[in-house]
This record gives sequence, C-alpha cells and structure tokens, in this order.
Amino acid sequence: MKSPTKPIIPLAVLPKNELGLTVRDYEGAMSTLCAGCGHDSVTAAITQMFFEISMPPRDIVKLSGIGCSSKTPTYFVRGAHGFNSAHGRMAPIATGANAANRELTMIGISGDGDSLSIGMGHLAHLMRRNVNMLYVLENNGVYGLTKGQFSASADIGSRSKRGVANVVAPIDPILLGLSMGATFLARSFSGDKAQLIPLLKAGVAHRGLAIIDVISPCVTFNDHEGSTKSYRFMREHEIKEIETDFVPWEQEIAMPRSKDDAKEITMHDGSTVRFRSVPEGYDPRDRQKVEDYIREHRERGEVATGLLYLNEDSIEVHELNNTPDVALAKVPFEKLCPGSAVLAKIQESFR
Amino acid sequence: MTTTNVDETRAVHAAVNDFAMKLANVNGTGSASANSLLMQAIFRMGVPVSGKNLFPSNIQGLPTWYEIRVNKSGYTARALDYNLMVAMNSQTYAEDIADVAPGGYLLYDSSWPLDPDMLRDDVTFLGVPLAKMCLDNFTSPRERVLMKNIAYAGVLVALLDIDLEVIATLLDESYSRNEKLLASNQKALRLGYDYAQEHFTCPLEFHVSPMDETTHSILIDGNTASALGCLYAGATVTGWYPITPATALMDNFAAFCAKFRREPVDGAVPGAPDSYRNNYLILQAEDEIAAIGMVLGAGWSGARTFTSTSGPGISLMSELLGLAYYTEIPAVIFDVQRTGPSTGMPTRTQQSDILLCAYASHGDTKHILLFPANPGECFDFAVKSFDVAERFQTPVFVLLDLDIGMNDWVVPELTWDDDFVPDRGPVLDDQDLAEMAEFFRYANADENFVAARTVPGSDEKGAYFIRGSGHNKFGTYTEIPAEYQEVVDRLKNKHASAASYVPAPVVIRREGATVGLITLGSCDLAVREAADLLSDQGVAADFMRVRAFPFVEEVRRFVEEHEHCFVIEQNRDGQLRSLISIETGVAIEKMHPVLYYGGFPLSAHQVVTSVTETLEKSR
Ligand SMILES: Cc1ncc(C[n+]2csc(CCOP(=O)(O)OP(=O)(O)O)c2C)c(N)n1
Ligand code: SF4
Ligand SMILES: [Mg+2]
Repeated sequence: MKSPTKPIIPLAVLPKNELGLTVRDYEGAMSTLCAGCGHDSVTAAITQMFFEISMPPRDIVKLSGIGCSSKTPTYFVRGAHGFNSAHGRMAPIATGANAANRELTMIGISGDGDSLSIGMGHLAHLMRRNVNMLYVLENNGVYGLTKGQFSASADIGSRSKRGVANVVAPIDPILLGLSMGATFLARSFSGDKAQLIPLLKAGVAHRGLAIIDVISPCVTFNDHEGSTKSYRFMREHEIKEIETDFVPWEQEIAMPRSKDDAKEITMHDGSTVRFRSVPEGYDPRDRQKVEDYIREHRERGEVATGLLYLNEDSIEVHELNNTPDVALAKVPFEKLCPGSAVLAKIQESFR
Repeated sequence: MTTTNVDETRAVHAAVNDFAMKLANVNGTGSASANSLLMQAIFRMGVPVSGKNLFPSNIQGLPTWYEIRVNKSGYTARALDYNLMVAMNSQTYAEDIADVAPGGYLLYDSSWPLDPDMLRDDVTFLGVPLAKMCLDNFTSPRERVLMKNIAYAGVLVALLDIDLEVIATLLDESYSRNEKLLASNQKALRLGYDYAQEHFTCPLEFHVSPMDETTHSILIDGNTASALGCLYAGATVTGWYPITPATALMDNFAAFCAKFRREPVDGAVPGAPDSYRNNYLILQAEDEIAAIGMVLGAGWSGARTFTSTSGPGISLMSELLGLAYYTEIPAVIFDVQRTGPSTGMPTRTQQSDILLCAYASHGDTKHILLFPANPGECFDFAVKSFDVAERFQTPVFVLLDLDIGMNDWVVPELTWDDDFVPDRGPVLDDQDLAEMAEFFRYANADENFVAARTVPGSDEKGAYFIRGSGHNKFGTYTEIPAEYQEVVDRLKNKHASAASYVPAPVVIRREGATVGLITLGSCDLAVREAADLLSDQGVAADFMRVRAFPFVEEVRRFVEEHEHCFVIEQNRDGQLRSLISIETGVAIEKMHPVLYYGGFPLSAHQVVTSVTETLEKSR
C-alpha cells in the first residue's frame, strides 16, 4: 500500500536534467490541499527547482512542522527522506538532523502559524545558529488547518472571512531575521514562479540559513476582499524593484557578465546572485538600508519582494563548531570510543 | 539548654572507622574544598566513606551542610546520627547543636563566645579560635576567610587521626600551579592541627584507621560517570538546556569530548586552530523543547544522541517525547531528578519523575526507564541506554537523582571491554535495500516487534515521510481504525519485550523471609543497610532493587511471594509502587509504601522505623 501518486500519463518526451531525470522524478504524492491553494504552487516551484539544479533525490532531506503548509513535503521529491514533525518544532529537529548529517541538502517547509507563533522562539534561534538549510515559510496570514484564525503575520486591519478586522501588530519574518542575524532573507509570492525558482536556487546554494517568506494565499479562509494575503492584493501591491538572478557557478563562464552596474554577490560555492533594477542607494548587504526599505514599503501598503538581504560572510553551525566534513553519523565507532587504556588513565584523577 | 533532634531510643555508637560527622557552613565561603579534602583523604586511606552535600539553591550566604559517613562495612548511606558536628555557621548553631548524637562532639569557632544556653551536657564542646588564628596569621581579607576552612580541616585531621602525608599530597595535587596558595593552605592546616594536638586528646575514640577497602575503587559523581558513558557509547550530537542538578553532566561530556574527540587533520600544523576537527557537536538549545527536538533530528539521522535535564525539562519535552515514541526514533534522556513539583527545591534530591517519564506525552505512550543506583551504574547504564534506544527505536530515560548526580561516591573502578560493539539495532543500508522488492517503514517487525529503519541519505527506495500523525504499518497516513490500532498495539508489545534487554533487578534473599523490600536508584545502600538492621532485630527481609522499566516477571512474583511487601522510594505518592501495580497487575494494597521525600538522601533508620511500625500494626 502506498499513498496516492499522480497518474503517470505518457506525455511527449519530457526534458531530462544532468542526472537523466525528468521533473516527474522530483514529484511526490498527490496533494490533498484545497484546489487553488498557494502552497501547491510553492510545491511546484520547489519540484522544478530541484529538477533544474539536478540534485540527486537521495541527497535531499525535507522537514516540516504541522499545518497545511507543513503537509507539502510529501508532495515533492518522493525519493528524499522527510519528517513531518510537530507544530512549531521543525527548527530544532532540523538543527539536530543537520548536526548529525551535514552532507545532505535540507529544505524545511513551515507556515506562518508554525513559524511565527508557536515556533517563533525556535526560528529566532535557528537564525542565530545559522543552520545550513533552506527554510520556506508559506505565509497566508491565517491558520489554514485549524480553519482560518488570524496568524501572527496578519496585517492590522486585514479582515477575516467573517469580516472581523485584525487589531494586533503583525510579525514580519524578514525584519525578525534582520535583528536575529539571519544571513539570507528573501520574500516572494507563490503566484510568481519566475521569481521564486531563482530565489529557491540561491537559497540552496547559500551556506547557512536561507529564509524565503513566500506569500501563499489560502483560498479557503483568506482570499477575500479585505485580506492582505490574497491573490488580488498581492498582484496589486507586490513591488519587485529588486530583481534577482541566480547564476550557478558552472554557468558563470558561459554567461557574459552583466554590463549595467547591477550589484553582484558571490556565494560560497562560487555561484553568484545579481541584483538588477535595484533602487538607488539599496545595498542588500547593509542591514540598516534593508530594514528602512522594507519599512517604507510596508507603510505604503506595498510588499517588497526579491532577495532582500544577504550576508556573504555567513558562517554556518558546522563551521562554527569545527566538525569534520563527513557526517557525524558516519564517523566510525573506533574513532569515537577512547578505549580501556584511556579509561584507566582518566580514572587516575578520580582517586 | 536545647532539646536534641536525636532519637534517644536508638543506640548510637561510634567506633574506629564507623562514625558520621556533619559540617555546617555558610555557602560561598569556600568550605566545599576543605570538606571534600577530608572525604578524599579518608578514601585514600582505604576506608569506605561517603560525602553528601546538602546545599541551598543560592550562590552566597545561606546555610549549607556536608555530611561525611565513615563505615568499614561499606554502609555509607546517610547516617542521621552525627558523632561529630563542625558548627561553622552561627545562624544554625541551635539546630546543629541539637543534631549531635549523645556522647558526641561539637567543634566551634571560639573566637566568639558560645551562648551558655545552647550547651548540652551530653556533648563535648571543642572550641578553636579559628577566626582569630587566621586574623593573626594571614594578611589578605580573602585568605582570612578561606583559610578558616583549612584550619578546621587541620583540627579534624588531628582529632580523627587522618594521615598527614595523604593530606599533604592532596594539597600538593590541588595547588601544584599556585605555590603561594599551597603555602597558605599548608600553614592553615598546621595551625588547626597543632592547636588540636595541644588542647584536645587526639585522636578521639572514634577515628580513621587505614584499611585496604578502596584500592580498586574510584571517587566519582554520577554526572561525570554518565558523561563518560556517553563518550564511550559513541554519542556525537547533543542538545541541552542548563538546569540543576543535570548541568554538570553535559559540562563533563563537553570536557571529555574536547580531550578525546578531537581528530588531528593530516598535514596540519599541530596546535593551529585548523589542526583538528571535533567528532562531536554540542548544541546549547533555547529551551528543553528544542533540546529534545535536536536529539530527535539527530537520532532520526543515525547519530547517537542524548540530552540531560531535570524534571522541569521533562515537562517541557513531553510533546516531542510522544513524537519519538510514535515515529520510533531512538533517543537517550538523562533525568537527574530534583525535588518537585514546579521549580521545587532545585538543589535537593527526590525520585519523583518516575511516572512522568514512564508515560511522558499525551495519548497512549510508554517508555523505557533505567534506574542506576550509583555512579558506577551510571557509566554502565549510559552505555547500555544507547544500545536499548537503537535496538528498540524509542526514547530511553536514565533516571539519576541529585544525590547520585552531584555527590562523590566510592564505586569500583569502571571497566571497558575493547571488543565492545555497539548494538545499532536494525538499520537497512543500500545493499539491504537493493535486495528488497519494496521498503515499508513499519511493515516487517522482528521478534522484538521492531521494524528495520532507514536513515536520511539512504537509497531512494528507503525514503519515506516520517510522521507523528496517524500512520499504518507502511508508514503512510491513515485514519482507519484497524490500521491505526495495528501500529499502536505493536508498540505496546515492543515496550514489553524490552524487559529482557534492560538490566535485571538485583535480588538478595534471606532464609525464611516473609518481608520483601523493593526499592530503586539511590535508595540502594540505605535499604540494604536497613535489611541488615532488621535482621539484627529478628526480621528477615528479602531485598529487590528494580533497575529498569518495563518490569520482568520476577517483579510481580516477588510481590506475591511476600506476606509483607514494602516499596521504599523518595517521593510523596509512591510512584514506583503505583507503576508496579499498574504494570504487573498486583493489587496496590499488597505493597506498603515507605516514602521519604523531604529532599535529603534516605537513611537506613527511616526505613527500619517505617517497616517495624507497619509490621507492629499488622500484628
Ligand atoms: C501543540 C499544538 N497545538 C495546536 C495544534 C493545532 N494546529 C494545527 S495546524 C495549526 C496552525 C497552522 O497554521 P500555519 O502554520 O499558518 O499553517 P497553514 O495551515 O496556514 O499552512 C494549529 C494551531 C497542533 N497541531 N499542535
Ligand atoms: S485551508 Fe487554506 S491553506 Fe489549507 S489547504 Fe486549503 S487553501 Fe490551502
Ligand atoms: Mg498559515
């Protein structure tokens, strides 16, 4: 018995990636989310991204908390191990998984309730520790799975389906990240694959924690007039002044360098992120500027998207702790156990 | 004249290598090193000894006591009858004087006069002008305070005939890197020693005389021994959050790792920061929820991993402990128990997390518990806990308490078998997967009801989505009653089958016994001593110390076999007694509770009193 998968309809020949895999090889079980849910679009973007970067499925590890958003890791890369954990607790579980095996590429999916209410303490500390993972926050302003209560990211004045206005201040994960020392902070929209896929790729390449806050409308509980996380609101208020390209390092040689004075940041693995049409004076490495920029737009009722902040000197948790390049889970026992002679020696100090 | 705390009906005796003393101090004044110096010296003289620190949850200024019991037969549980009191805290004079056993001695600082009302005529008061001596002999204010402690240690060395050579060696070892401090210590010790020789009859009728009972023993606390066990078991990843009395467990693990887990990098310049790599990663978490979360993530990923905490931490970990139980992830949790509920008394001991740990988390959950009785078992059980956790793919709790965790105990030298191979439990590698048609996480359980697992990074065939939501034996989501029940029923069987893998109870039988004494953990020595004392009174009692949960069949039989069964433990509600009743089906009335839960370690007298009273009533 297996969970339902998408029917394999023999289509015209699908393109293959460097591993000879098609995008179908990066899919998972069939989604059980509501038709039109923003989270399904994010799943599609993630599927496409892993296909495009030719990541072997077995090298991927997927984690989530609890919520509609947290169900989605079942819906992509079925060949990767996944962990649907507990509400708000993905961050520490991911930290432990990464501590044990740094060789794998880790992607975490969480919701705004999962990350900004019950799990916010853990998220803050994940940022401080700079665990090497891509963290996708599927942000719909509500608790989808428990049927539409406001979440901590709901804007003041945003209306629930029943017409009640939210009165408490929202938490912006990007601003939180800036104050917690996060090293990669991006925002995007589930309906904008063209922007989301390069951001996801850059997030995978980043060494350290890459947070992508994806506005991902809940069609069932938060897609009505008066919501600030609806498809319509996003289409009307998204600001993409900071367009970002991600250039994997292998392609760098082939691609001509951009001629305009776009900002370019080189990542640890040699790939680059290029910022095009950046507004005057904006520097994605300058925390203060980034914060001002986000606040200004917020005050105008606009949502600034793109790769908003990047710390190119990011040092992740294993580098901070000087662990070996190989997974700690794979270090042979003989190297871990000091043996009887050492035990005898240690005990001399217990006399 | 004060009234005494002492039970006058109890014969109090003291003899060579058989006495107890109590040292009353103010915390934060440096008395700890003087006190443990004395205890260590007695240990080095080959005489069985214990030292128990009864300290406040405070950094400076509150009363603190240290009890030393010397016993040639190895009965070193808490004594309660103090033949010698060292009263260095004027705040607690009244109660300390009342605590001396009739015929005993009290040493005090005679720099200030003692209130004559406080005197007892059945106690000999020994006044030494300690403060004055230190004022005359030392110049710095700090030394004048600190050296008072070493000076009273000097007095005790004379009174108890403690080997001066041994003391000198210990001081040399402690202050080998600070000559000035060494000289001050030697001087202070001599001041006290000479004063005693001059003014008192030394030694007292009870004192220390060399033996060779500790030649193959060590002096170690349970936190250190547990940390060593984790090092030897091959633990690599830990998540933890500081809490008394468990903090030292992780501190010690970190210290051992820094020494024994650094792997040199080939070709690097020795000594340079990049010349080695750490084969461990210790994560100080933001709270205990995160700590256990980290352990789950690492355990799922195939590392040996643990956390150390105390009761409040277990309360916080509960949700994720259920996740580990239901998803079948190995994890090791050390709970160094302290006095609850809530914050309780953080520096006082208790065994009150037994039921909490046995059934931690919502829903039907049941965990494996190990109950070491002393630091020696802490080492062995720590090693064992990882094997059990991985064999049964489930959380395993090692329940210490503050008495075991933080006090130094004399235990046999720890041993290690270099042929030891860790039991990693059933884990499928790529080759195993290649030979299988299909992999389903919980489908093919073995004789222990455990199904082989895969770890992240395995071949795609072994990939699955681990979930705390309802799942069937294939690991996929389910809400179908029969599918759900099939899995949780197997978990119940799995727990039961661990009974034969965990340490068996220790049973000591006596001819014709109709009384049974059941206990656990740090009650061990006190209850064994109680059994001997009862035997002297004509009450033959069998002894059983359970060392783990789930229980073997023998536990039920032991209760049924004895006309009078007592369960001795350190909590208010008789948690072990309840657990035995719930899990073996014996009626709870079959077992009399003997409960001591004030926060100090158990004494044999408390057990004897309680048992004899109950037996008399039932006559
Ligand atoms: C400890 C705990 N409390 C409450 C819940 C109930 N719960 C499940 S999902 C959820 C909110 C999910 O919201 P979000 O993370 O925003 O995900 P979404 O469904 O919106 O994608 C809540 C409160 C739970 N699973 N666990
Ligand atoms: S309730 Fe909302 S968030 Fe949940 S699946 Fe439906 S649309 Fe998506
Ligand atoms: Mg949500």
